[in-house]
Amino acid sequence: MTIRSILVANRGEIAVRIIRAAKALGIRTVQVHSAADADMLAVRLADAAVDIGSPAPRKSYLNIEAVVNAAKAAGVDAVHPGYGFLSENADFADAIEAAGMVFIGPKGEAIRLLGDKVAARAVAEKAGVPTVPGSDGRLATIEEARAVAERTGFPIMIKAAAGGGGRGIRVAADLADLERHFPQASAEALAAFGDGGLYLEKVITRARHVEVQILGDGENVVHCFERECSLQRRRQKVWEEAPSFLLPAEVRARLCESAVALARAVGYRGAGTVEYLYDETTREFYFIEVNTRIQVEHPVTEMVTGIDLVAEMIRIAGGAPLSVRQEDIRLDGHAIECRINAEDPERGFMPAPGTVSGLTVPEGEGIRFDTMLYEGYTIPPFYDSLIGKLIVHGETRATCLERLKEALQGLAIEGVATTVPLHLALAGDGNVARGAFDTRFLEQWLETEFAGKAGPTAEVA
Amino acid sequence: MSKIEIRSPLPGTFYRASAPDVPPFKADGDSVASGDAIGLIEVMKTFQEVPAGVDGKNITFLVDNEEPVMAGQVIAEVEA
Repeated sequence: MTIRSILVANRGEIAVRIIRAAKALGIRTVQVHSAADADMLAVRLADAAVDIGSPAPRKSYLNIEAVVNAAKAAGVDAVHPGYGFLSENADFADAIEAAGMVFIGPKGEAIRLLGDKVAARAVAEKAGVPTVPGSDGRLATIEEARAVAERTGFPIMIKAAAGGGGRGIRVAADLADLERHFPQASAEALAAFGDGGLYLEKVITRARHVEVQILGDGENVVHCFERECSLQRRRQKVWEEAPSFLLPAEVRARLCESAVALARAVGYRGAGTVEYLYDETTREFYFIEVNTRIQVEHPVTEMVTGIDLVAEMIRIAGGAPLSVRQEDIRLDGHAIECRINAEDPERGFMPAPGTVSGLTVPEGEGIRFDTMLYEGYTIPPFYDSLIGKLIVHGETRATCLERLKEALQGLAIEGVATTVPLHLALAGDGNVARGAFDTRFLEQWLETEFAGKAGPTAEVA
Repeated sequence: MSKIEIRSPLPGTFYRASAPDVPPFKADGDSVASGDAIGLIEVMKTFQEVPAGVDGKNITFLVDNEEPVMAGQVIAEVEA
């Protein structure tokens, strides 16, 4: 069916992004919002808006019944879940489809399969994708865990089968650690995810986080090359790039092909991301997980491939075949995204909700700013601190970095503290310029380099 | 008998206990010392403790568990 109307089941910048893509396709948009979000930009841009409940996410954006009822009442053809919230909730996808609407994403069964980290690992292995050395599926007892750890060595990660996105992970440095953490981790996973299942993965000590963007229409699968997302704080990405510029061409080819093989094995439909750890010294990559939704950092891929991923998701959900063939997808230049959060990097990243009194957005060739901000908008305290993403494209990584510095200097968000000063410091850092970083770089750099630079009188840009 | 107000230092969601399955930091009618936590504020997915900030007795909460609060809003009152 052709999709003529969409309900946006999300908030913030991604809701704005989805509405813009829908409008470009001539699709009517209905935006849900909590009581705290009646003034948000997506509500203003959408053709209609529906209040679905009180500010707490589980009473609004995580409330399946409220969202499904809003979609039914609005009479939309389809629902776009964005990222976070219900985007990887298979029951939600099923409920939307059961109500006769299209869920813009994979089928519930694919979300369920790939969302179970142990099952996803098995799918990857079957498709010939290398996985991190660890347990063969779920572990029932501490004795089994001990046997795996003795084979792989330490340090080792204890992961929740139902976790993901950096949640439900503990690291054991030795056997005593493992014996202490294992029962706690199981109890914690049961409380947090309703599933106490655990598995083990060896810690790859010096690794980059690379991930491959895939698109599938249920029959064919293509990749849109990879992203480099090693700059993380507390397992949350801070800065992302496309491509992973130090990756040897031969490794890139194997990596991207492995993601396609995995997606093909499950008849993947929609946009997805296959995440890996890459060990530069051995040139080995290891599968971590699949995200069955659009990612925060999708714009860097759009900037280097020219593909509108959100529009493609909508077209595929409407039953269209992929609009691109693999041989048509080429890398053009380099792109970097900086996540701008309402947090004060000079005060331990203290959250900084509040009213935006002034907003100046840089413009120019290769510069894109995805945001939900406008002058006078009050950022509510109830949700994620992401308020915008500055994305810059350049012919080479060096020109991209130069352009990024200028763009960051031209971005002024007044009235609230933001992470712009952090990004300015990163953009000017020698290690970042050389690409000499792994997933542990940023936290260390924050303690040594950034703590020294950040003066007590530093102005908020 | 004078009442002293305890205000929220931040906007966010107020919690009476550190987790859903543990008792609240303070029950109605409890005495508090200045350094005692009386609750948590969830702000942008992070949790900050709310200290009583005063010594007092017979605490009365004016905000329910899991209710949204504004910065500076009175959360509880104690008797001096």
